[in-house]
Amino acid sequence: MRFSGFGGTYEGSSFSELLEVDHPQLGSGWSRLTQSAPTLSAPHGTTVLAFKYADGVIVAGDRLATEGYRVASRDVQKVYATDAHSMIAIAGAAGPAIEMARLMRIELEHYEKIEGEGLELDGKANKLSQMIRANLPAAMQGLVVVPLFAGYDLRRRNGRIWKFDVTGGRYEETDFEATGSGGLYAREALKTLHRANATKSESLETAVRALQNAAEEDRGTGGVDTVRGIFPTVIFCSHDGIQQAREEEIKTAYERSVSTRLEGRAERRGAGA
Amino acid sequence: MSIPFYVSPEQVMQDKAEYARKGIARGKSSITLEYAGGILFMAENPSTLSKIGEIYDRIAFAGVGKFSEFDQLRKVGVRYADVKGYAYSRDDVRARALANAYSQAMGDVFTRELKPLEVEVIVAEVGDPELAGHEHNQIYRIQFDGSISDYEGFCVIGGLADELGSYLQGRHNREMPLGETLKVGRAALEHAANGRSSVPPQNLEVCLLDKARIGRKFRRLATDELNQLLAG
Repeated sequence: MRFSGFGGTYEGSSFSELLEVDHPQLGSGWSRLTQSAPTLSAPHGTTVLAFKYADGVIVAGDRLATEGYRVASRDVQKVYATDAHSMIAIAGAAGPAIEMARLMRIELEHYEKIEGEGLELDGKANKLSQMIRANLPAAMQGLVVVPLFAGYDLRRRNGRIWKFDVTGGRYEETDFEATGSGGLYAREALKTLHRANATKSESLETAVRALQNAAEEDRGTGGVDTVRGIFPTVIFCSHDGIQQAREEEIKTAYERSVSTRLEGRAERRGAGA
Repeated sequence: MSIPFYVSPEQVMQDKAEYARKGIARGKSSITLEYAGGILFMAENPSTLSKIGEIYDRIAFAGVGKFSEFDQLRKVGVRYADVKGYAYSRDDVRARALANAYSQAMGDVFTRELKPLEVEVIVAEVGDPELAGHEHNQIYRIQFDGSISDYEGFCVIGGLADELGSYLQGRHNREMPLGETLKVGRAALEHAANGRSSVPPQNLEVCLLDKARIGRKFRRLATDELNQLLAG
């Protein structure tokens, strides 16, 4: 049934398709960038990581956005809850990436409201990979978006993590993953620090240490900024839903990791003397 | 030569209205009540097809009559709200604008189409004390011909709307807690189901716009929770 002046022609349950069909002026238009456009320079987001812990999955990201060698913003949010049991962590061109995270959140909520029940976690990951694929023309111009997607699968009762490539390729990870310019260093740290049965507070410290490791090796990744009081974003997801770590918790975890390192250093010096 | 067939416009409208009223009267009623912590929606509905649904953060929908028709209206409302919230901000999505859009669309169908919509809907928005100017609850009722009215306290749609309305008058007030409001609502639905003495909780569809929730205020009550609240 159609109502004149109210509602359009689209009758499905996807929000991004609704925009494309009935409200093309609201779409990003990034997918329509032409090959001849000059390669764009836009602020880039940097290190985000995800790994499993005893109750589910944890996702964390630094806060720095850079534009070439310049700091574009010190307190960008790169980790977002997309619904009660899933999260997205973005790396790449900040503008399109943040927009994709926002669109993803609306997409999941829209589907849930139209259909009366939410998508399965697999379905959500699949939807995200279609959105990344649609962004491919923009990626060719330098506006690359490669997020991580993680969540708690209520059917299988475990945490799950996916990484994506620029073509929308979707790869599920068994333990941990990190992406962005400092992703390699975070991954190296997680390789030695990660334990699948770690508690929540242990995992928080692991996440902070891995991010700190990336921040030390990669100039594009921001560390803990105690002067301005800017801390990484850390979100837990378990059967009970999403929970964002409080700043004090992150600060404590950071201080613990620093003191562990200082002790190690003092011991090594002592042994050398 | 045959004489052109003539029916007066008054007659056409009257027939359509009667047709729509009859269709709506066949179904059960649906009640929307304000309570201390938000807005409560109740409908006698033993099936799994919902008569109450979430539209947006602070807005919900309830419909009675022909399921396929009001469910279509609900979906159009969700699309309207999500697009508006995406284009502007989440706080720009308001019940009054949506209720007006429903009123236009339903009125349009009533005058243009041969068959009117056999539905009545409620659009309600729960207030947010944190947002200046958005503190108050709003309840709108839109009828099959597009006529729209706003309500305070409670609103009943469906076949026995007037009767249930007078039953609730005096028995309900907006400061009542959730449990008490639920009991009054159920009593009203039982009053409507004359002949049958009780409406068991599993035959009730109950949803809330709960002020205490963050972000999306809409929540569906499970039968267990409903049992507890009705017993307490």
